[in-house]
Amino acid sequence: MGLLDYFRASRRNSAAVAKDRLQILIAHERAERNSPSYLPLLQNELLAVVRKYVHVDHDAISVSLEQSDNQEILELNIVLPENGQAEHAHQR
Amino acid sequence: MARTIVVTSGKGGVGKTTTSAAIAMGLARKGHRTVVIDFDVGLRNLDLVMGCERRVVYDLVNVIQGEANIRQALIRDKRCEELYVLPASQTRDKEALSKEGIGAILEQLSGDFEYIVCDSPAGIEKGATLAMYYADDAFVVTNPEVSSVRDSDRMLGILASKSRRAENNEEPIKEYLLLNRYSPKRVKVGEMLSVEDVQEILSMHLLGVIPESRSVLSSSNAGVPIILDEDSNAGQAYADVVARYLGEEVPHRFINDKKGLLGRLFGG
Ligand SMILES: Nc1ncnc2c1ncn2[C@@H]1O[C@H](COP(=O)(O)OP(=O)(O)O)[C@@H](O)[C@H]1O
Ligand SMILES: [Mg+2]
Repeated sequence: MGLLDYFRASRRNSAAVAKDRLQILIAHERAERNSPSYLPLLQNELLAVVRKYVHVDHDAISVSLEQSDNQEILELNIVLPENGQAEHAHQR
Repeated sequence: MARTIVVTSGKGGVGKTTTSAAIAMGLARKGHRTVVIDFDVGLRNLDLVMGCERRVVYDLVNVIQGEANIRQALIRDKRCEELYVLPASQTRDKEALSKEGIGAILEQLSGDFEYIVCDSPAGIEKGATLAMYYADDAFVVTNPEVSSVRDSDRMLGILASKSRRAENNEEPIKEYLLLNRYSPKRVKVGEMLSVEDVQEILSMHLLGVIPESRSVLSSSNAGVPIILDEDSNAGQAYADVVARYLGEEVPHRFINDKKGLLGRLFGG
């Protein structure tokens, strides 16, 4: 493939890339928008509790509510640091 | 009872003022008594695009603050007698707008007009949220470009939650997608999001596609709403939009790149 073809191909794809990125982002932003108003508060309080035991970053916890036809799933995601265990021991 | 249309987008510079001027003129030319209101306090531009900037005496804020009555502030269009413009003020700050003040003005206009077109400022602050608060219909002007599409979706969230209709649990604001500055040629080579892409992402009803057109700049230079340039693609596309909005069945044009070489050289 010549250089020109390469540029043509990548240009041909840029709208498709834009579409993919937008679909992911907008789905995310809509879910956030439609989530109940207590979620941020819940997230903060959970973060405070976890931080009593493990040093995690502010953005280490995410709470989301997934809705399907007949059920709601509250998903809690906590990313522990690599050295979480050590920190934990240290605190004791 | 007037029908209130907000022309909104979130992002600036996508064509809200161009669209407001065009559809207000289009509705008026079809015989519907129409007023177009500039909500962009501090950055007023609608008067320029409408070509009535030298006839502005009083503005929206004067009326809200009781310094002029609505009749004194309305400017009658010289080309179409069913059309009036209510300009925004250039100097005052946005805080001068209040929900009650706007509500009272719209209430008064509602008796005399069939359509009230609200040209929203960019952003999601006071002027923009007030412009949409009382709306019945929203024209969401979007460019086929990532940040514009994203901001349009944000506006959909606000339209659905922060309007009078939402607060009163009434039927929601009707949302229409207006895709502006479309270039079929660039879509064809994969450089630009297509109508179908944008519709799929936003899942909105498509009111019309306005092509990228050099005539838009020249008509705003002259203070003539683009819809009056009946030879231009953009002007024709806006005429279609108005007809469609009024319930006529009009096929979409200017979506495909089928211009010949000559058209490409001399069209625009
Ligand atoms: N379809 C179009 N083709 C070419 N230029 C356009 C088109 N629509 C708008 N423009 C230009 O884009 C600029 C911004 O338009 P404007 O209506 O003022 O946007 P907004 O009110 O959303 O800030 C103006 O210079 C206008 O002439
Ligand atoms: Mg504007």
